[in-house]
Amino acid sequence: MSAVQEVVTEAPVIEAVPKRAMTLGAGTSLVMLALLILVPFFVKNFIIFQLTMLLVYGLAVLALNILTGGSGQFSLGQSAFYAVGAYTSAILIENAGMNYALTLPVAGFICFLFGFLFGLPALRLSGVYLALATFALATAMPQILKLGYLEAWTGGVQGLVVTKPDPPDIVQGVLAWFHLKMSQDMWFYYFTLAITVAIYVLSLNLLRSRSGRAFMAIRDNEIAASAMGVDVALYKTLAFGVSAAITGIAGGLGAIAVQFVAPDGYTITLAISLFLGMVVGGVGWLPGSIVGSAFIIFVPNIAEGISKGLSGAVFGVILFIVIFLVPHGARQVAMVAQHLLGRLKKR
Amino acid sequence: MTLSKRRLLIAAIAVGLTSTCNALAQKKYDTGATDTEIKIGNIMPYSGPASAYGVIGKTEAAYFNKINAEGGINGRKIKFISYDDSYSPPKAVEQARKLVESDEVLLIFNPLGTPSNTAIQKYMNAKKVPQLFVATGATKWDEPKQFPWTMGWQPSYQGEARIYAKYLLKTKPDAKIAVLYQNDDFGKDYLKGLKDGLGAKSSMIIAEEGYETSEPSIDGHIVKLKASGADVFISITTPKFAAQAIKKLAEMNWTPLHILTNVSASVGGVIKPAGFENSQGILSAAYAKDGADPQWNNDPGMKKFFDFLAKYYPDANKLDGSVVYGYGAAQTMVKVLQMCGDDLTRANVMKQAASLKDFTPDTLLPGISINTSPTDFAPIKQLQMMRFKGEKWELFGDIISSE
Amino acid sequence: MDLLLNQILAGISTGAIYACMALAVVMIYQAIDHLNFAQGEMAMFSTFISWQLMQWGLPYWVAFAITLVLSFIGGIVIERLLFKPLAKAPILTNVAGFIALFAILNSSAGLIWDFTIKEYPTPFGSSPFLGSQLISTHQAGMIGVTVLLLIALYVFFRYTRIGLAMRAAASVPESARLVGINTSWMIALGWGMAAAIGSIAGMLIAPVVFLEPNMMVSILLYGFAAAVLGGLTSPFGAVIGGFLVGIIENLAGTYIPGVGNELKLPIALALIITVLVIKPAGLFGRPVVKRV
Repeated sequence: MSAVQEVVTEAPVIEAVPKRAMTLGAGTSLVMLALLILVPFFVKNFIIFQLTMLLVYGLAVLALNILTGGSGQFSLGQSAFYAVGAYTSAILIENAGMNYALTLPVAGFICFLFGFLFGLPALRLSGVYLALATFALATAMPQILKLGYLEAWTGGVQGLVVTKPDPPDIVQGVLAWFHLKMSQDMWFYYFTLAITVAIYVLSLNLLRSRSGRAFMAIRDNEIAASAMGVDVALYKTLAFGVSAAITGIAGGLGAIAVQFVAPDGYTITLAISLFLGMVVGGVGWLPGSIVGSAFIIFVPNIAEGISKGLSGAVFGVILFIVIFLVPHGARQVAMVAQHLLGRLKKR
Repeated sequence: MTLSKRRLLIAAIAVGLTSTCNALAQKKYDTGATDTEIKIGNIMPYSGPASAYGVIGKTEAAYFNKINAEGGINGRKIKFISYDDSYSPPKAVEQARKLVESDEVLLIFNPLGTPSNTAIQKYMNAKKVPQLFVATGATKWDEPKQFPWTMGWQPSYQGEARIYAKYLLKTKPDAKIAVLYQNDDFGKDYLKGLKDGLGAKSSMIIAEEGYETSEPSIDGHIVKLKASGADVFISITTPKFAAQAIKKLAEMNWTPLHILTNVSASVGGVIKPAGFENSQGILSAAYAKDGADPQWNNDPGMKKFFDFLAKYYPDANKLDGSVVYGYGAAQTMVKVLQMCGDDLTRANVMKQAASLKDFTPDTLLPGISINTSPTDFAPIKQLQMMRFKGEKWELFGDIISSE
Repeated sequence: MDLLLNQILAGISTGAIYACMALAVVMIYQAIDHLNFAQGEMAMFSTFISWQLMQWGLPYWVAFAITLVLSFIGGIVIERLLFKPLAKAPILTNVAGFIALFAILNSSAGLIWDFTIKEYPTPFGSSPFLGSQLISTHQAGMIGVTVLLLIALYVFFRYTRIGLAMRAAASVPESARLVGINTSWMIALGWGMAAAIGSIAGMLIAPVVFLEPNMMVSILLYGFAAAVLGGLTSPFGAVIGGFLVGIIENLAGTYIPGVGNELKLPIALALIITVLVIKPAGLFGRPVVKRV
């Protein structure tokens, strides 16, 4: 229409989060970890299963947090990476008879490649355009999974049933001395917990490293970052790759915990849930991922308990209340708490 | 107190004790059943893309309220716990585990959707908790050997499709068939049944088009199918797309022999919105009566159904086929629990569910009944073909078994 | 050849649906500078209101006019009540707000009007248009209304003071405030207009796809795709984008062998993304130069 070029000073999409504010203090972290280790001894298997899902979605939210909070790229397509990870694990376990633990690095690697490749065209896109591209990816994924040509592996529309692993004999043997037995659920919970903690620590280190600083420089000001010599293209695609890899591992864990994969499980709804989890947990604040994950798992159950017919509306209202009270998510709560604690200590 | 009186009292207590002992010997319970209550779990998509089916769960809840108001089953009240899975398999697993492990239900009744049921099937069978009368028409629920704790309810999609195949082979052996199917478990199952039914003559299908539920309109597919020159159009669609297809065919002046799946044969939910004038001559098959069809207004069974709606579920839309469905399924559930008597163990529930003989819920078509056996876990197997004329379906031909 | 022509015509008629929605998307983008994920649900809710009015016996055009006004007011009320308090919150928090609004509208509509499909009348009739069996008079009417709406929007944004003020408020809020534009009310006005345009889109689309609470969920993605393809700053581009998406999708489904039919949406989306990679501001959008 007109040849006039618009000149805009773009405010960064994500406000800068200082590096130190991205973590929890060592003391708090240890208390959290101790809680996560101890809780399963006191609850039913069903709750342990829910906690496993809490960790799985927590990982997926964390992955999105690295992408958005770390490098400033927005994604509504995380469900696609989650699905690829889930299917990779499921297919390797069921069709190739591979050990479940070994399938996870494969899932992570395949998703890393997938994310890295997807990041290439995404380089040229930002803001709403990137949102649309990732949104499109999420919508397309279920259709690709049920494609006739892949049916021999994916099981098509029917999906695949996955076997849940038993605790290894060594663990059972050791426990037998104490006349204890570990359920499948409990074993898989600790397995997931170990992986989650490992990835959490690695992610923290990643963001503190040279690459992490590059991510954040890009997030805060892309042009300035490139002027400083940051290879913007490389780090942006790298962020996509890392995020996809972690999401893929979460997907693999999720598939084993649920014992089933099907196209209907990985629709755009999942991507939107993960996005909401990130916002509620606080964009760029990694420990918030678990809070966000709790929100997307438990709030729909609460909403449904309040009203069956209006569960969606109740969920929406709760979400509004949360973002009105704390627009910066759980991070805001943690900051206020830290501030108060600091003042107490001074006295 | 005199001696004789005391003796009398002791005797009385003894009699009382023995009688309770006898009763205890007869009454057997698993988790989820007591002297006063039977807990039944259920999973429905109250939110999300399939929320239209949530009505089934609401109808069932209303029906159990009615049973409770009338005194319950052998004196026990039903506690119906229904959860939302948003049609997502992972959520269905979570809800099924919550029902079994936290709410401790006796069984899970009528959970909806093929993906959700597939996701929980292994778990339910490992836990030996009945997954009874699942709300999907996939064929795989009738496998008593492999999955003795899972049972279907409605006729299978494949069975229904075979009926249409038989009909076409008999009445129109030179037909050129165009198929529009929903690209999911429902559509694929149906298509398979159709091809199996046509057998060696499956080349009669000259065009098939799959559509996604995420497509706003299916016009493009219909244009392509018309161009194939087919003279039979088989519509394996859910209500919204079935109505769109009927309307588009009329707009395009394409008048093949139109066969519509039972899933979308609802007069109120599909035919009326698509226009009666566009729907004349459409063929389908049914096993239940249609709440919107005036021919059943004086039917004693449907009268009971309408009375129930008026009293226990007044907001229900009786044009909605899901209401009729929920009523029939809930009635079958109650029948099984009545047959269980005081032996409310999970094993006995499955045993009784597998020994239904000529049971006819109020909403089934005349002549169709529910029969099961330890080797037959497919309760409803019969259908009757029908043709749309005027403002209602006209049944024709014999009651056909889909087996 | 015949099939090709037919598929293009069918693509245009579906494209008209997308074009309508894309206009509403462009409208809100001009006002608030991002996409509103609840836009489709707002349109669906408006359409249900008009349907209810007609059930109560009002003639089509009266219901149409009342719905237009109600939607305009509704849009403003939603902005004032729910999104003005979030004005200072991060953009992503606002997006979460859109999703919450989506859930509220969808679920309430389901409870009030239930999920069975409803027949929705058309003022244009549904007989074949000019003898063509592929485009009905309704679809022709829909294209006509879309074009009228497009001209109106073009004039509004280009030549009216308030339209210019609205664009200024969205793209350079600080400077707009300096020249005396009440940016806050401009945003509210934008919400109102977007809601009103959305309601027109909904009322035109409903006769084709049938009215039900989930009617707009899938259309919204196509509307976004169309608007982005055409360029989010250009109403003209959005309409062309709508038709292009419709045609591309149909042709991909018909002519790409093997996977075409099963993957026609992904293929269409991949094409759009390719276009965006080459022309990041869309076909008709103005390129944006960033300042450090």
